[in-house]
Amino acid sequence: MALSKKTLIHMYETMNKIRLFEQKLQEFFAAGEIPGFVHLYLGEEAVATGACAALTDKDMITSTHRGHGHLLAKGGDLKLMMAEIFGRSTGYCKGKGGSMHIADMDLGILGANGIVGGGGPLACGAALAAKYKKTKEVALCFFGDGASNQGTTQEALNMASAWKLPLVFVNENNGYGISCPQCKSMAVTDIADRAAAYDMPGVVVDGNDVLAVNEAVTEAVKRARNGEGPSLIECKTYRWRGHFEGDACTYRCTEELEAWMAKDPIPRFEAKLIESKTLSRKDAEKIKADIAKAVDEAVAFAKESPMPETSALMDDVYA
Amino acid sequence: MSEKTYLQALNEALRQEMERDGNILILGEDVGRFGGCFGVTQGLFDQFGEDRVKDTPITESVIVGAAAGAAVAGLRPVAELMFVDFIGVAMDQLFNQAAKMRFMFGGKAKVPMTLRMPQGAGIGAAAQHSQSLESWFMNIPGLKVVIPSTPYDAKGLLISAIRDDNPVVFLEHKLLYGVSGEVPDESYAIELGKADIKREGADVTIVATSQMVYAALQAAEKLKADGIEAEVVDPRCLQPLDSATILDSVKKTHALVVAHEAVKFGGPGAEIAALVAEEAVEYLDAPIKRVGAPFCPVPFSPPLEQYYIPNADNIVAAVKSIR
Repeated sequence: MALSKKTLIHMYETMNKIRLFEQKLQEFFAAGEIPGFVHLYLGEEAVATGACAALTDKDMITSTHRGHGHLLAKGGDLKLMMAEIFGRSTGYCKGKGGSMHIADMDLGILGANGIVGGGGPLACGAALAAKYKKTKEVALCFFGDGASNQGTTQEALNMASAWKLPLVFVNENNGYGISCPQCKSMAVTDIADRAAAYDMPGVVVDGNDVLAVNEAVTEAVKRARNGEGPSLIECKTYRWRGHFEGDACTYRCTEELEAWMAKDPIPRFEAKLIESKTLSRKDAEKIKADIAKAVDEAVAFAKESPMPETSALMDDVYA
Repeated sequence: MSEKTYLQALNEALRQEMERDGNILILGEDVGRFGGCFGVTQGLFDQFGEDRVKDTPITESVIVGAAAGAAVAGLRPVAELMFVDFIGVAMDQLFNQAAKMRFMFGGKAKVPMTLRMPQGAGIGAAAQHSQSLESWFMNIPGLKVVIPSTPYDAKGLLISAIRDDNPVVFLEHKLLYGVSGEVPDESYAIELGKADIKREGADVTIVATSQMVYAALQAAEKLKADGIEAEVVDPRCLQPLDSATILDSVKKTHALVVAHEAVKFGGPGAEIAALVAEEAVEYLDAPIKRVGAPFCPVPFSPPLEQYYIPNADNIVAAVKSIR
């Protein structure tokens, strides 16, 4: 395990932060306090955490409609995110974007995205800018199994490989595009196989193993920084909740969900950390308690924050 | 000052801006050594090299999306689609991504990109290579829409488009590439959203865009023989639209004809007519008339295509019906 203790603990904190943040959203969405709809990342925490731990603050990511985990793992602020999702003027986007459009340019977060497959072309541009400016930064594109069937994603994979862009494609394969299982939407079992079509490495990892994700993404980031071009990493995972909160999940069975919940990425990682004496049980409890407190504070911040003034409506349509 | 074609004016704008700002990149199909489908980027590959004048795969979605992504990451890309008709396959990256990023992100992103696209009929290119789609773009908050008619305007507006911190859709007309006019050798910028009065007149306002500016000027000469002095207003930009210049002209002439090559139904003329109806109807002493393409795809065969494209006679007839 080449990772420093600090990095490992940070990863543990991040996974718990995503977990508690999403559980809190679940609670408040059910209570009718969150407008619109939310796509929760519960169960997939290891992917965002492992991937973003391989990046620097200046590296850039494009995210998806299920983006909270990516944003938090890239350093997104709990309060600003919570306030945005609650539609408040103090949120990341001043209440203009909501759950699916949170961005933070200072953290290299080029935005969650409401369009499945929307991020690939943008990530190509970010990687092109890094390559052109010789910054050694990389771009990382999160995309789902559904997005892997979009033309934009395939075109982005092609452009990235043709131009050897410093770009890492991280596929989060949670098995379903809303209700449609992977076996009905593509003939391949492993999305990583598609990398061969673009002459780039394609790797399958256990997306519920944060260290496996991190190891694969670290290798891909290294390649990208060295000018060797893009990689495709497929992380097999599962979303515990429906596509959106309120989805009755009639398309999948309880046994399947339970089997995946038994592979919960957080206790798995926690056990490893405790076994290797990187983390004590007491420290683990304290980390969780601190995060729970921070999440509660974020909720309080959001709820105390004002809604946007209608006078702000026309701001920022143009620069 | 020297005589240059519209194409040379665009080329000069790109060259001078790229010399000034190392963050400007050109992206598009065959824009490199080939010099662009119509030749607008000729010579730029030799001068600036392949890192700045980039031939892309045939991948319009990524051309547009990569321009947007590079723009938010600090570059100032100028993307080219060979024909505006190809925007269909890339529309999401333009209207859901580039156009909305700044607003959706609460003002925290800048998307300084220009998307150049030739449009218009007249070269026998048929239904998928001849459309005028400006009304699509002017209906999308977040985009600016520039539609130059003269070589002078083409250069100054392209320079402003490139310097603008918003996504700008820059619509060239392929029949205008060979049109010549006086163009200063030095760099100059024309403010986006300022109309230009191409001809002054007291009896009727003809608002015309792109290639239809020339048809309107021809129509004005014909009308002059009948004692009607037409004022030809070229908005030059449809978003932002210079409402004031249009309204001032109508208040002076008391009559309005709008001419564009886009399909008449739901075209820019509908917006301009509505603007005048809302803001200055009491100044009108005749109904507003619109001249635009019929509601059918652009046909191939020359006699059909010529019949399809609005012309000076159509504009004269529209004016005569109210004057």
